[in-house]
Amino acid sequence: MSKKNGDRQLERQRREARIRDLLPDEKDEEIFGRAYDADLARRLVGFNEPYRGRWVLALALMALTSLFAVAGPYLIGRAVDDGIRASDSAALRLWTVAYIVVAVGEWLSNRYRIAIMGYVGTRVVADIRSRLFRHLHRLSLNFFNNYSVGRLMSRLISDVGVLQDFITWSITGLVRAAFTLAGIVVAMLVLNWRLALVAFAVLPLMVWLTEYWRQRVRQVYRATRSRLSLINGYLNESISGIRVTKSFTREALNTRHFDDLNRSYFDANVDATRLTAIFFPGVDFMGSLATALVVGVGGWLAIGDALTAGTLIAFVLYVERFFEPIRELARRYNSFQSTMASSERIFRLLDTEPDLSERPDAYTLPAIMGEVVFDRVSFGYKADEPVLHNIDLRAEPGQRIALVGETGAGKSTIIRLLARFFDVTDGAVRIDGHDIRAVTLDSLRAQLGIVLQDTFLFSGTVADNIRYGRLDATRAQIETAARAVGAHAFIAGLPEGYETEVGENGVNLSVGQRQLVSFARALLADPRILILDEATSSVDTATEKQIEAGLERLMQGRTSFVIAHRLSTIVSADAILVMDQGRIVERGTHEDLLALKGRYYDLYTMQWAAHSA
Amino acid sequence: MPDRLGVYGRLLGYLRPHARQVLLAYGGMVAATLLNLIVPQILKDAIDQGIASGMASALFVAGGIIMVIAIVRVAAGFAELYFGEWLTHRVAYDLRNGFYDRVQRLPFAFHDQSHTGDLMSRATSDVGETERFVGIGLMGLFATMLMLVGVVTAMAIENWQLALLALGPIPLLVAATLRFGRIVRGMFKTVQERIGDISKTMQESLTGIRVVKAFAREPYELQKFDRDNDLWFEERYDLIRQWADNWPLFTFLVATSIFLLLWFGGPRALSGEITVGSLFAMISYVLMLSGPVQRMGFLVNLAATAAASATRVFEIMDMPNEVADRPDAIPLEDVRGDVTFNQVYFGYREGQEILRDINFHVQAGQIIALIGPTGSGKSTVTNLLPRFYEPQSGEVRVDGVDIRSVQVQSLRRQIGIVLQDPFLFSQTIAENIAYGRPGAPQAEIEAAARSARAHDFIMSFPEGYETRVGERGVTLSGGQKQRIAIARALLADPRILILDDSTSSVDTETEHLIQQALQVLMAGRTTFVIAQRLLTLKNADLILVLDKGQIVQRGTHDALLAQEGPYRQIYDLQLKDQEDFMALERRLTLS
Repeated sequence: MSKKNGDRQLERQRREARIRDLLPDEKDEEIFGRAYDADLARRLVGFNEPYRGRWVLALALMALTSLFAVAGPYLIGRAVDDGIRASDSAALRLWTVAYIVVAVGEWLSNRYRIAIMGYVGTRVVADIRSRLFRHLHRLSLNFFNNYSVGRLMSRLISDVGVLQDFITWSITGLVRAAFTLAGIVVAMLVLNWRLALVAFAVLPLMVWLTEYWRQRVRQVYRATRSRLSLINGYLNESISGIRVTKSFTREALNTRHFDDLNRSYFDANVDATRLTAIFFPGVDFMGSLATALVVGVGGWLAIGDALTAGTLIAFVLYVERFFEPIRELARRYNSFQSTMASSERIFRLLDTEPDLSERPDAYTLPAIMGEVVFDRVSFGYKADEPVLHNIDLRAEPGQRIALVGETGAGKSTIIRLLARFFDVTDGAVRIDGHDIRAVTLDSLRAQLGIVLQDTFLFSGTVADNIRYGRLDATRAQIETAARAVGAHAFIAGLPEGYETEVGENGVNLSVGQRQLVSFARALLADPRILILDEATSSVDTATEKQIEAGLERLMQGRTSFVIAHRLSTIVSADAILVMDQGRIVERGTHEDLLALKGRYYDLYTMQWAAHSA
Repeated sequence: MPDRLGVYGRLLGYLRPHARQVLLAYGGMVAATLLNLIVPQILKDAIDQGIASGMASALFVAGGIIMVIAIVRVAAGFAELYFGEWLTHRVAYDLRNGFYDRVQRLPFAFHDQSHTGDLMSRATSDVGETERFVGIGLMGLFATMLMLVGVVTAMAIENWQLALLALGPIPLLVAATLRFGRIVRGMFKTVQERIGDISKTMQESLTGIRVVKAFAREPYELQKFDRDNDLWFEERYDLIRQWADNWPLFTFLVATSIFLLLWFGGPRALSGEITVGSLFAMISYVLMLSGPVQRMGFLVNLAATAAASATRVFEIMDMPNEVADRPDAIPLEDVRGDVTFNQVYFGYREGQEILRDINFHVQAGQIIALIGPTGSGKSTVTNLLPRFYEPQSGEVRVDGVDIRSVQVQSLRRQIGIVLQDPFLFSQTIAENIAYGRPGAPQAEIEAAARSARAHDFIMSFPEGYETRVGERGVTLSGGQKQRIAIARALLADPRILILDDSTSSVDTETEHLIQQALQVLMAGRTTFVIAQRLLTLKNADLILVLDKGQIVQRGTHDALLAQEGPYRQIYDLQLKDQEDFMALERRLTLS
């Protein structure tokens, strides 16, 4: 048996060694491990501020509930002593009726307490979620580049969900338990202080047991949580990557790895279970021990006639409830740890400062012609890493500017600065002479049309998506826009025409169709300046032609900045800016630049070489 | 209903291999319950003999007995909790392993239809729901029943008339908890759905944040969110009010039971018909009921949801496996790379024709380009080769061997696939490259990375090959991912290659590197290319032009261009730009 056990231990050690690298590092663990953090708790309490009145009421009701609950055994004791033992039927009836009256009181006060706390708790959670969501919308795109939507969603859903359980159940559960505990202690002391002290004698043992449990359980719960998230992560990835797995015939190996993770989680859970299985029966044992002491010592007291049957009964009933708060605390312990970890993450997100804000005196940008000037613009995403150096450029209204260059040359940064997704570090961007930092963001972006490479569509109908460009557009205007970019034909061919649901992120449409819809959306907004990051995803020939035509229509009569990939777009540009390492190294038309045999020429011979290699 | 019974039966099957633990858990539970029932009897004697009759020794004895019972009960309680939870986790472990294994083996056709989110929710919340029921939940149900029967019996023995009176409210309580459990389940589901709505709205708004900001539509998004958030609030508040209406009522019903005991039992005790101790024992018994009965609503509820959850889990586990190897299947070894499609027909469903009468022959080492509009069946052709799908009729042969007669794993080991948007795992770069050959030596991994033109950028990361890919490490660009995928395919060294050469959005220099890497990869292998580029097509030994699932033209680039037909059309519309550009370049170079 012990050899078998030893083997099992060894096997477990090997298994743990195999997955050790995957577990979170020390710093994360520190956050996961904490069960209480005064600072976080204070901030959480802050969210309850608007509901202070309800809180006061709820606390009063909680106190009342506890009072009624504690009164029960006392009244039973009195019914026994004053009624039965004293052979006084009137007193018996009196205490019996008192008992049911108190029970009604407990029922009602508890009912309103739960409803009020339910209101506050749910409201607070809705508030936190709303605060978080609003905050995210104030952050710049830089933030979203570093923080995946999956992670944000887990903040907004899982972490807020953890807080929800804590606020609704744990706080009130604990407060009520504390009230009840205090009530019981007082009641016992009043009933018979000597017997009460006897019952309290088990407390040091109880403290020791709790401490024993608490010290170990922290580690163990942490282990289960980190392993569970490993399992879920691996599972998710295995499902998304199933095609790769199958083509490389890795199924058996993956299954073995999953078993390692799964088994390790099981082992961690069994560790936790062992502690639980010691602790809870242990608490019950303490209860019995106290009862036994009360009864036994009651024997001594009874001789002196200091103990009545009613008192003993009340005591036995009290002792049973005496340890309930400890059980409650223990049951909630795991949730404390997760609550602290979750609120830590939530607050860290809330503390992210928006790095772009409007000036207090920002004014509305008047209707513009579309002249764009970059005046000695420098920019870096991080303080000491400049991405753009001294960019000077000027686009007359209606001109088409193509940006070319390698990834990281700074093309996207230029259009991001123009849309004021970021603020320049130095210099200024002006539109019709207005420094874009001096005008309101809304009025600026309302006159810009931005079409990005990954055409994102919202779930809803095709018409809804086009309307996103101008919320008050009529159906006729939507159709006109769709016709203009050549999207009408395919839309009309959809099962429900403009009312066809596009599905999550437009899955019901092809890549090319999504692009056309995004053109229509931008056209409907009718911006003076168009910013375009040309997509290069593979679409079939017919669609490609449609897209080119749509683009052409979209750019007509607007100042356009295009990160260009299509030869046709580049060739037709009024000016091509060739970028390299944050500088404009060449500018001119297609023919000019090819004749120059410089950087532009290199870029294209390279492409040519790539094709012919 | 019989269906649900079947599900329960199957769930119980998960306990069968752990009979020892089941025995210990349930034994502990029964022992603990019975011991709990004895304690009021001890106290009764203590009150009646010790206090009423003034015999102090009776109290000492009672104290002693309670201690002994307590010690035995610790052991029983430990067994109940430990093995009960052990079973819970063990069933979860088995279910998860089974689920994972099955998901790995399900055919492509299944994964085409399924959503990751749906599978995940089955693997997490459904498995969780199921495990709780099979382990602790089921035991809780038994414990409650046992307690109910035990208490009723004990009270009836004590005084059956009084018991009848006092237990009057208990059926009411049972009914109320069951009703409550049912109502709350429905409401709980609604709240979950509302959360789903909120999360959909938020996810969309955050995924499309660039569009939101570009159109300055933040207020609109917040408005949508507020509507969902408020709806959720209403539903959840309703749920909690339901709670408030019921939960305290349960406690009150137990209190009425005690009230009845005092009201009817009190006078009897006063007249000496029953003893005070007996009255106390009955009060204790009633109190014992309150916890378990209140839990009953939830346990019954859990049983119902667990049946639904387990059904969803089993649904996946019962899906037919991917094509099984024939019993006489042989491993495919030493492949040259000859590929033949012989009158191949394919459809995902009966009666559907995605591919019709596909015939071609490719010699080892040749390049085959597939071209045609989206949906013409190009990818489907390449998916039949590794047997990701089965043809409805006709056959696919590799080196003259029908691929259905070989072991599918050995077939796939000979085929490498590099797609436009390759999937990488959140492991280290080295592990990703070695995905097809776990345990490959570092030198070979690096050699593959070098050939794939990936070594330099890998070394630019502080941790080099040990850099983790994904959220906890670096985010790779499209071009970098593609080169790692090429290195991964190189290291696996397949004889047959499936490529997608569509232009991804990478800059020219990266594009150039990727092309070089692909050249290395293709050398000496039979290669199927889903082609977009003129040069790939020019280099191909055979071009298959597909349309609506049929091969409409075949031949080399020059041959096809010489004839009227779809290829010429594609060329004029799509490829001519590339040709023009090359001509322009040539002119400029000459001038």
